[in-house]
Amino acid sequence: MERLLNFVYAYRAFFTFLLLEILCAWLVIQNNQYQSTKYFNSSNHLVARMNQTSQNIREYFSLAEINTTLAQENSLLHKKLEQREQTLQFLKLNRINDSAMFNRFDFVSAKVVNNTTKYYKNFITINRGGDAGLEPGMAVISSGSVVGKVKSVSNHFAVLISLLNLDEQVSCMIKRTGHFGTVQWDGTNPSLVSLKYIPRHVQPAVGDSVVTSDYNAVFPGGMFIGKIKEFNLNKEAPFYEIKVELGLDFGKLAFVDIIKSRLKKERDSIEHVTIGEPR
Amino acid sequence: MSRSGILQFVSFFVYVIVQTLILKNLVLFNTGFCFVYVAFILLLPIETSALVLMSLGFVLGFIIDIFYNSLGLHALAMVLIAYLRNYWLGAITPQGGYDLGTVPNLKSNGLQWFLVYLMPLVFVHHLTLFLVESAGFTLFWFSMLKTITSLLFTLTIIVVLQYLVPQRSRI
Repeated sequence: MERLLNFVYAYRAFFTFLLLEILCAWLVIQNNQYQSTKYFNSSNHLVARMNQTSQNIREYFSLAEINTTLAQENSLLHKKLEQREQTLQFLKLNRINDSAMFNRFDFVSAKVVNNTTKYYKNFITINRGGDAGLEPGMAVISSGSVVGKVKSVSNHFAVLISLLNLDEQVSCMIKRTGHFGTVQWDGTNPSLVSLKYIPRHVQPAVGDSVVTSDYNAVFPGGMFIGKIKEFNLNKEAPFYEIKVELGLDFGKLAFVDIIKSRLKKERDSIEHVTIGEPR
Repeated sequence: MSRSGILQFVSFFVYVIVQTLILKNLVLFNTGFCFVYVAFILLLPIETSALVLMSLGFVLGFIIDIFYNSLGLHALAMVLIAYLRNYWLGAITPQGGYDLGTVPNLKSNGLQWFLVYLMPLVFVHHLTLFLVESAGFTLFWFSMLKTITSLLFTLTIIVVLQYLVPQRSRI
């Protein structure tokens, strides 16, 4: 026993090294697990405050651009609302039959405090948290385009897992043909994502819109992701390799909307009963 | 605490703040990152024991990780180079050995030695960082590109800082 202790003491540097590296590896693996409430990330109060101050300074230089984008989005929404009103009046459908279904999505607006696009695993910090009713797993959009999901939440801040993150996958479909696939970032170009699992018999075209599908309970169906930029079918491959150009410039993200899905619990529980425990 | 101890203590926080608030937003050509905080571990006096280096490396990496939302990643790379540092210093001892209390910086042994000292350690740090972040070898060549551009960027900044901030060759 004494010799063992002597041995450990003689190589204490190496054993400390091993211990610390194992601890770090464990932290890395833990952190890669999907959606969790954790303390040691940038939703931490002090860290988020520092980032917010820094963002406030940076934002000052792009105020004009942000204002223009918001104004454009506002006018577009007004136009859409007006058109919808007209249609509803014409069809005499103003009366809503199922208010639960009609009100199933609720929106919370938030400001981006911190954002990266150039790492393999990018995250976005926003200035709304548990106090505004945010929970891990909620969907986040900006100007009607997909941004990502909420990963962890503190009282006043939340960290989002960006669509530009190797771990993030979103169920989607090609709007024109209606075929389902999955969108995932490949880690290199922050304006392109890959569209996977589109089978051979589909005929995609350059410029087709890719939108979220109704298969996920997180995002409302039909949220814009991007347009097909190029596609390619290898001889033996069962699926296409498709590159989608994102509709949103993630580098200029300033405001986002968090979608609270009121019926998510109901949908999850009925799927749970029939299909079983989710993975 | 001695004068140099206080200076090291202050520089720890300066590195954290500069890294997380300024350099985090500075990315060149989509691939060049600057992780100047590694210089904190690499510029500690030569006699510093591996245990102290690794503990400091772990704490510094952990704090950086909190800002980067990448728990454990920077800490892992930092502990690795903190462990390798003293072996590498031993391997590149100049003729006549080190004087007691030497700081391994540009002033004590010259630019050429300083670059030979920095380059492999910073390279290992960046490579570990990008490979572990991409969780495997699928993006190996892209990670390699990132590593080399970031290596050049980080080295330039460290060397420029050596000229800008007055250095002492011993503690």
